Amino acid sequence: MQVLNASGCLDALTAPHVANAFDAYVTKTVTPEPREGNAPVRIAETEHGMLNAIGLANPGRDVFVRETLPRLAEAIDRPIWVSVGGFSARDYAETVEQLTRDDVACIELNLSCPNVDEAPESSAEIVGACRQVTAKPLYAKVSPHSWDVGETARALEAAGADGLSMVNTLRGVALDATLRPVLSRGTGGYSGAPLRPVALAAVLAARRVTDLPIVAMGGVETGRHALELIACGATHIALGTVLFSDPDAPARVREELARELRARGFDTPADAFCAALDPVVSLENSRKS
Amino acid sequence: MSRPRRERRSVVAVEEVGPYSLVRLERGTLDPGTPGQFFMLEAPRRPLPRALSLCLAPPRELAFLVDPVGPGTRALCALEPGDRIHVFGPLGRGFRLDVAHPVLVGGGIGIAPLPYLSEALERPPAVLGFRSDHHAEAAALVPNAEVVIEPVLVTDVLPRDREVLACGPEPMLEAVRERAPNAQLAWEAPMACGYGACYGCVVEIDGELKRLCLEGPVLCRS
Repeated sequence: MQVLNASGCLDALTAPHVANAFDAYVTKTVTPEPREGNAPVRIAETEHGMLNAIGLANPGRDVFVRETLPRLAEAIDRPIWVSVGGFSARDYAETVEQLTRDDVACIELNLSCPNVDEAPESSAEIVGACRQVTAKPLYAKVSPHSWDVGETARALEAAGADGLSMVNTLRGVALDATLRPVLSRGTGGYSGAPLRPVALAAVLAARRVTDLPIVAMGGVETGRHALELIACGATHIALGTVLFSDPDAPARVREELARELRARGFDTPADAFCAALDPVVSLENSRKS
Repeated sequence: MSRPRRERRSVVAVEEVGPYSLVRLERGTLDPGTPGQFFMLEAPRRPLPRALSLCLAPPRELAFLVDPVGPGTRALCALEPGDRIHVFGPLGRGFRLDVAHPVLVGGGIGIAPLPYLSEALERPPAVLGFRSDHHAEAAALVPNAEVVIEPVLVTDVLPRDREVLACGPEPMLEAVRERAPNAQLAWEAPMACGYGACYGCVVEIDGELKRLCLEGPVLCRS
């Protein structure tokens, strides 16, 4: 099991020691063209979590490959996963082709950013287009908005995904005292503690239909939270919002997870894998028995 | 510049200063940093910490001036001696101290970094603006200060031929900058992380988006 950062929640160039505390570093999303991102205000705290509308600020794929990747390789000694975004299947595929290089360990397709316009093609079509142009491991980052996560997972696997990252943020709105949205874009991605049960349900639904590796994320703040995702079928864990309040979270969550496992008599995370999956008893079945 | 550290620190005292609270924390091994730099303070029961510039650095303490305007700052003001919170810093870029004839300018809670700055610059003259006499009680923290109360503005009494180091609300900073284009100005923006991770704190200054936690909070044209 690996512990990663959630894309968008860490800049390894400004905090290399935090990135080096993970097993691999996932970059912020790279798009074909440079993007300044959304106008401020970009973040809003809510009672239990936060909203962000950063808007995929990045230097664009050409500058990323030419300047950012070499600087990252210099700054950190961890495998680099690149998060890829776009506005059409062709965008994604061209970027993925450009990133099929030795210094990129894995590519995560950001198919679910709530802060930019979506591509017209389905997630599976985008994964299929990228599969055509690379042999690199391709992870598909899944939205929690999908009603049938299992169906989405099945379609992504059929299209050639090597793994799933779940979940991205949920779309949300926060209002100020004058009843206007706090964020300049209006809506933003909702993250933090409230995402935990949503992530557990999504991972559980995906795990019922696929054996693909799953990088699970959504409100993980402690080892116990990581353990619950593993019990639902996660093979890896990613930390996001918690990094904003606690840059030491990678080591802490790992230690807490080890304690949680020991307390249950488990030797490794594999012993807790899918513990939540079976049996699922319906009321009808339980009455019969 | 010293590497920021994150430690759990005890509250020594919380003192009322007009409508504000001076939250005094045990310093531990944290470095106070340069005046104008900030720390992320854990706000009890809130998802995100709060960015606060250091107000004073008495021996073995770090002190922060807090305006209880929202749930996080209210939680900080409600801390009691002995409570422990996580403190992370010093972060960002502070004021440049190589100034020959400085004047400090502050507005409202924007005076927060000025007491520490005043000490570092050997108590230069200061001009402080507040919206009421009650708020102006905080001026006692800054030596050699001329105090103005609205509708009089700091720009009405700003001395000429001095290098300006200012912190306050955005309209005040814009007005100060018109008079003193090379002023060092400490800006403010909501921050989630304070160390360049989230890209949440960008502000548009002169048509450019700047990550305030890394490039600021103190920005200067020259």
